[in-house]
Amino acid sequence: MEYFIQQLINGVTLGSIYGLIAIGYTMVYGIIGMINFAHGDIFMVGAFVSLIIFVALGLAGVTFVPLAFAIVLIVAIVITSVYGWTVERLAYRPLRGSFRLAPLISAIGMSIFLQNFVQLAQGARVKPMPPMITGGFTFLEGSDFSITLSWMQIIIVSLTVVLMAGFALLIARTPLGRAQRACEQDRTMAALLGVNVDRTISLTFVMGAALAAVAGMMFLLYYGVIDFYIGFLAGIKAFTAAVLGGIGSLPGAMLGGLLIGLIETFWSAYFTIEYKDVAAFSILVLALIFRPYGLLGKPEIEKV
Amino acid sequence: MLTLEGVQTYYGNIEALKGIDLEVQQGEIVTIIGANGAGKSTTLMTICGLPRAAEGRIRFEQYDITRMPTHEIVQLGIAQSPEGRRIFPRMTVLENLQMGASKSNPDFFEQDLAHVQELFPILKKRENQRGGTLSGGEQQMLAIARALMSRPRLLLLDEPSLGLAPLVVRQIFEVIEQINREDDVTVLLVEQNAFHALKLAHRGYVMVNGRITLSGAGDELLDMPEVRAAYLEGG
Repeated sequence: MEYFIQQLINGVTLGSIYGLIAIGYTMVYGIIGMINFAHGDIFMVGAFVSLIIFVALGLAGVTFVPLAFAIVLIVAIVITSVYGWTVERLAYRPLRGSFRLAPLISAIGMSIFLQNFVQLAQGARVKPMPPMITGGFTFLEGSDFSITLSWMQIIIVSLTVVLMAGFALLIARTPLGRAQRACEQDRTMAALLGVNVDRTISLTFVMGAALAAVAGMMFLLYYGVIDFYIGFLAGIKAFTAAVLGGIGSLPGAMLGGLLIGLIETFWSAYFTIEYKDVAAFSILVLALIFRPYGLLGKPEIEKV
Repeated sequence: MLTLEGVQTYYGNIEALKGIDLEVQQGEIVTIIGANGAGKSTTLMTICGLPRAAEGRIRFEQYDITRMPTHEIVQLGIAQSPEGRRIFPRMTVLENLQMGASKSNPDFFEQDLAHVQELFPILKKRENQRGGTLSGGEQQMLAIARALMSRPRLLLLDEPSLGLAPLVVRQIFEVIEQINREDDVTVLLVEQNAFHALKLAHRGYVMVNGRITLSGAGDELLDMPEVRAAYLEGG
């Protein structure tokens, strides 16, 4: 039982990170009907930017942890957003109105470029990061297995909850969110109502990249090691999460992320850790076969 | 107010508009009638830059809008209720109206909302219902109301009577007349229902195969034998 609860905590933490990345996939898919294959690498860039700023702050003598944390969070979001904006500008906008596969191919190109860029600029070796936020709570000490809930896990999960709630509110209530939903449903009509469609699409990429930056920073602090290739696997898992939850659906991405995190963690804990990726991707296959529109997605039926 | 000079529009290689000259004066209701595929809807969409005119010139008041991006054109005071209504199906009626509301004058929102709900009382009743669940007539009213929310000076209406019951058609035409008279909104109306449209309009144009073949005052066109034969009798 203690073991189960411990895995539950770990799974929810991992699921939070996947969920944040999955939102970027699902939002971009919602608005342009295409998967952003460079999104996983945007997450990786977010992790690297965080690491660089942590190191820089350390050299500058900023040792107060909450302050460093806040600075890294903000700077990583800003810089990673610029990357997200650039991906849209270079790989998607020039190809708008071209055949459907063209932007997918250019996005894969962006993905390969970003991986190689980081590999060349930062080196291929894994980068360690000393644990910054340590400690936590331990329950049931003394029995043969104790449950730990670390501060880092608390921060990851609560930051995710806050971001997701803020985000859901932004989409549902603000003029920007309304414009995004309008572009999603009928881009031509949105333009006829004075919405700057290009800018709205750019902002969607930027918002996805901002959440991926937070996920990247969390990943860095939680696992303590990153390399230029982490975006590939994490990206595909988050993509699986978005499909499982129903691509295009915001609550679906959050739910899907949580489920993939839990499935992966429990599989590693009770079966074999070597096959944890197989477990996650089997879910993708099953979802595509039995429920292609996902758990919370809607089949495309509209009254005209 | 609005002038089109020699406007040509292509869909790929197909020439949809083959040189359109058209003019709308401040305060008028002008109608374009013609058969399916004559290019009436394309004319309205080309005014808004979707698609852009390949040749010719489009002016709105003192601006040349031929090459302007769509969102800038409509912010000059042009609103369109397009072919097929294009209601946002997964947004509520209220959200659809909010999308239509002017970006530059958010203060007018409550006032404008009350105004369009007065013109179409059913929209108040349906306020929180999703656009996709409305009936055809209600969707048409919503499309016009949404266009009016931006306080346009020029309203482009594409076949507001299509597929609607005669009673609803009459209600919609009455509203068009009312906003033209009371709110000083200039209207460019595309219609297949030529009789109603020419009755309502001050002037009209007849379109055939991407060209304007006839033009004149509404009642003048109504009396022309060729117009009667092609668009009124038996139709």
